Amino acid sequence: MKKIAVLVKQVPDTANITGDAMKEDGTVNRAALPAVFNPEDLNALEMGLEIKDKLGCEVQVITMGPPKAVEVLKQSLYMGADKVYLISDRKFAGSDTLATSYVLSGAVKHIDNFDLILAGRQAIDGDTAQVGPQVAEKLGFNLVSYVTRLIDIDENTLTVERDGEVQVETVRTPYPVLLTVTQTANTPRYPNALRMLKYFRAESGDPAIPVLTINDLGIDPAACGLDGSPTKVHKIKSITLTGGSLKLYENNSAGVMGLVKEIIKDYVEVSE
Amino acid sequence: MKTVVFIEKNPVTGKLRDVSIELSAKAHSLVAPYRGEVVGAFVGDRLPDDSDLLFDYGLNRLLYVNRPEFKHLHSIAYKNVIEAMIKNEDPDIVLFGATHMGRDVAPLISSSLATGLTADCTQLHIDDYKGNGKLLYQVRPAFGGNILATIITPGHRPMMATVREGVMRLPEKNTPNPVDTEDFTMEFDKSWIKSEFLNVVPKARKVNFKSSNIIVAGGAGVGGKENFQLLYQLADALGGEVGASRAAVDFGFADKDRQIGQTGAVVRPKLYIACGISGSIQHRAGMAESNKIIAINTDPDAPIFGIAHLGIVEDLKTVIPMMVKYLKEEG
Repeated sequence: MKKIAVLVKQVPDTANITGDAMKEDGTVNRAALPAVFNPEDLNALEMGLEIKDKLGCEVQVITMGPPKAVEVLKQSLYMGADKVYLISDRKFAGSDTLATSYVLSGAVKHIDNFDLILAGRQAIDGDTAQVGPQVAEKLGFNLVSYVTRLIDIDENTLTVERDGEVQVETVRTPYPVLLTVTQTANTPRYPNALRMLKYFRAESGDPAIPVLTINDLGIDPAACGLDGSPTKVHKIKSITLTGGSLKLYENNSAGVMGLVKEIIKDYVEVSE
Repeated sequence: MKTVVFIEKNPVTGKLRDVSIELSAKAHSLVAPYRGEVVGAFVGDRLPDDSDLLFDYGLNRLLYVNRPEFKHLHSIAYKNVIEAMIKNEDPDIVLFGATHMGRDVAPLISSSLATGLTADCTQLHIDDYKGNGKLLYQVRPAFGGNILATIITPGHRPMMATVREGVMRLPEKNTPNPVDTEDFTMEFDKSWIKSEFLNVVPKARKVNFKSSNIIVAGGAGVGGKENFQLLYQLADALGGEVGASRAAVDFGFADKDRQIGQTGAVVRPKLYIACGISGSIQHRAGMAESNKIIAINTDPDAPIFGIAHLGIVEDLKTVIPMMVKYLKEEG
């Protein structure tokens, strides 16, 4: 029976920034953004659950984050995850992708002897797409990134479709392997009502949601958090809306005609 | 200030990926003031047909390992080869294209070398660090493009970064360097080949933003896949290409390969017509440098009007058919 881990992350919802999250100076108030399940991690979880439906194996979900990240674990339980783990410790704060992959690979090794690890291709807060491959490297797993479809799975191999950017690749891989999954792979299922009732009041630290700290994992504190992060944020600049010189045309046929004339002027210049 | 640049081939055309040329030129401009060297690193079944072109843009040497087994992206094998080249060269900086291949191989190497990797940089420059040697300052958007972060990698070598295609402008050709292509001989272990590529099909429809002077792009405001046909009609009348915002792609109005923005393509056309696009920061990151921007939107407060040169506050379903009609009459 294959053992499956899914790596998930709670992220600020950068995709839907509303007026409430904008400060007066036109910059984004990051603290005001709602926290959501990273979208492509949902696709990774769905892929794990589809494999479970087919082969009957166990799906275990792991997240690293602050205590409030328990919400994505509860959502995973609602959807059908068998076990979930919150990897949380103050010493993990400020981890860059390298330190994060160190902690997550330590958690994976601590929890079970996994054959398959699924992760979203990238998280919408950083868009780096680095943690999945880095975890694969640290565990010595094969890597298939940009997985767009699960084609077939059996005891010895897994066949997937990969987005090779200029080509579509059908790849067969042995275990152990880590896949990074894109949003086109599937449609994540809805939470199951019975499971919601069962886990609605669950909290981190309950038997259903164990919390693992740096001591539990037995990993090197010097390789975690800020200390374990080779990259440092030197400077942050918020992007503000800049006013241009806008020429508006009337919303009638004369206006549209004026706009078209301007385009033709441009277009003629362009074709020279 | 030696820099290694990961050189990539487009497997469909057999030629260099544009980003490999862009990064060779960028690396040259970064390290030239320090008399630094730019070394290309290639792994595959055969060098790109036009690999000599790199030497016109500042590359000093090109190392390669060619084996039939390396025709496709075998992540572990590619990592082992490029990592061996990096260890041999001992560079200060390593640059990768933020392609589907670069974003696969670069993190494997940064993990193995336990050094920093900064993804999707939009600006790179070298500067002093606390009077304590030189560092690569790496600027990248984060939080969906809402902030620009400058990232440094003090105390670690090499300093690694990825850059998306089209972000670094290609300069005029430098004085050509002599072509210096070296077979990097190394031991190969069969266990590096783990995946099997059962089938590889070039993508059928290729969107070509790069050669398009005009892009007509649609957003959530287009309202449906059928309405996107209006944009195709306008693009046809202008000889342009059709693009889309992330929202339009997420709603299924347009295919992913048409996406423009921080997580899509970066474009700089002469004319960009934004139809029903609100103009989120994440979208503007991909098109704000267009020469001329026209906004068509029913919402006069849409942020897109903040960067547009010309605009019209009206439903695109009304405006575009009129534009197509007038273009045919006037053009």
